[in-house]
Amino acid sequence: MSGLEDLYREIILDHYRSPRNKGELPAPPARRTEGFNPLCGDEIVVFVNVDDNDTVTDIKIGGQGCSISQASASMMSAAVKGKTLTEVEELTNSFKTMMSIHETDIGGDDSVTSVESSATRDLPLGDLEALRGVVKFPVRIKCATLGWNTLTQAIDEQRNDTAQ
Amino acid sequence: MTSSDSTGFDVAKIRKDFPILDQTQAGRRLVFLDSAASSQRPQQVLDAMDNAYLTSYANVHRGVYQLAERATNLYEGARKRVAGFIGASSPDEVVFTKNATEALNLVVGSWGRANLKPGDAVVLSMLEHHANIVPWQMLAAERELEIRWIPVHDDGRLDLSELDRLLDGAKALSVTAMSNVTGTLTQLDQLVSAAHAAGAIVVVDACQSVPHMSTNVTAMGADFVVFSGHKMLGPTGIGVLWGRAEHLAAMPPFLGGGGMILNVTTEGFTPDVAPAKFEAGTPPIVEAIGLGAAIDYLESIGMDAIRQHEVELTAYALRKLTADLGSSIRIFGPAEPHERGGVLSIELENVHAHDVSQILDEHAVCIRPGHHCAKPLMRHFGVAATARASFYLYNDRDDVDALAESLVAARDFFAI
Ligand SMILES: Cc1ncc(COP(=O)(O)O)c(C=O)c1O
Repeated sequence: MSGLEDLYREIILDHYRSPRNKGELPAPPARRTEGFNPLCGDEIVVFVNVDDNDTVTDIKIGGQGCSISQASASMMSAAVKGKTLTEVEELTNSFKTMMSIHETDIGGDDSVTSVESSATRDLPLGDLEALRGVVKFPVRIKCATLGWNTLTQAIDEQRNDTAQ
Repeated sequence: MTSSDSTGFDVAKIRKDFPILDQTQAGRRLVFLDSAASSQRPQQVLDAMDNAYLTSYANVHRGVYQLAERATNLYEGARKRVAGFIGASSPDEVVFTKNATEALNLVVGSWGRANLKPGDAVVLSMLEHHANIVPWQMLAAERELEIRWIPVHDDGRLDLSELDRLLDGAKALSVTAMSNVTGTLTQLDQLVSAAHAAGAIVVVDACQSVPHMSTNVTAMGADFVVFSGHKMLGPTGIGVLWGRAEHLAAMPPFLGGGGMILNVTTEGFTPDVAPAKFEAGTPPIVEAIGLGAAIDYLESIGMDAIRQHEVELTAYALRKLTADLGSSIRIFGPAEPHERGGVLSIELENVHAHDVSQILDEHAVCIRPGHHCAKPLMRHFGVAATARASFYLYNDRDDVDALAESLVAARDFFAI
């Protein structure tokens, strides 16, 4: 089961079994945003508090999902806390680059190398690197990006609101 | 190899007709348990379609040359086979569509538009597939209709205790014959008579029942029945709407175009009669021929024998999974195999359906995770997704054993 062990790395299972920042924040003041994976029915709810300096002061994750979506969201919550919205966006881009290169080129060794080189040029992803194995399982990429897309939507809404 | 069960049903012989099942995945025999989503098709169906393309293909209905006449005869022959298979009183009551979804949209878009006005109520059940929910919701939003829901018991059977109240003043009841999530066979006799007594027409989504048991639409007493060819050994791209002749005659066309008119002038058009009225454009000709061949195949095995085999296999699966997985598994749907079809939705403790399917794939066991296009039902059960295994005539106890074994592996993989 070598493929499976790439997908279900120990750190992923750890985040799945003991998700960080699980729960809810009172909204408002927190912003509450829902994300859906229409393919498998997974639902995620992201609660974020952003202060006047555009810093994520708190984040909680609700909803239900598979090990990959839950672990990815858990790692994301730990990674973005204390970061500014701009930093969060940069991190999101790095993560999505790691996930998306394979959406056009699935599986081959060449593409793995290109992921490594492009990711190292971007922000260090830390624990999130463990999710790299997901790209070998294309249908699961949507699981890994669900929390991130939901957070991006929350940030966009936040920006639109403060711009008004 | 368990080639036949106690009923003498010869799965090994049947499997020889399905070349796709004769393959391995990483050295393991492929175990296909996803027929509720779409079945496989036998060589006989593929041959019938090949033959049509190789020897008898032309557009239907409009040609005078012999090739076109042969194609038309094959296409209309398929309609006769469908009519016979479901006990319709005439082939003219059989309308070919793209799939069951299109057939339901046709009923809502034609009958619904012609007959429902603001404030009217339509009754659905909590077991419905999105295909039998969303078209009604679309019309409801436009026409301000009320949608009422028949509730479901925890074991997946419909709760009919308030049926008469729900049907009071309703214009239509649209309900599944068999749930694609829980396998529940709904109490159609009671539903149809109560709806008719209340003055409502009855639409039956028979997508999951027609492939697996004998069907007689006349005895069923409904007004419309829909199903898809690809779930009953036929090709994709072909579905069926059966409707009572008097309804089809009174209904306006759904799609407009060639093939559905008697006359067109610069001022307007005169529609043809049913079923042509509802078959605008070049129909799925060879797909219909393939469906006809699928029906021949099913009839050669016998629908009652297929049903008996699946009841037996389902009973075995319920016993086997409960014995091997005990309290770590929750199986949705009625406990009594006779009250359900061969569809098992399961929840494995601490393992999400998506992860279950991933591990099962490693064992070459094909099942489906997700909401199965029945989100209201999933929400009622309090789950985002289930893992669904479904059986057909080519499955046997070995397949169930492989399912049980791989589920144990999935549970153990995620055990802390
Ligand atoms: C109960 C039920 N109704 C409707 C459908 C829709 O069938 P199709 O996608 O072939 O239109 C399905 C199949 O997924 C089903 O299981």
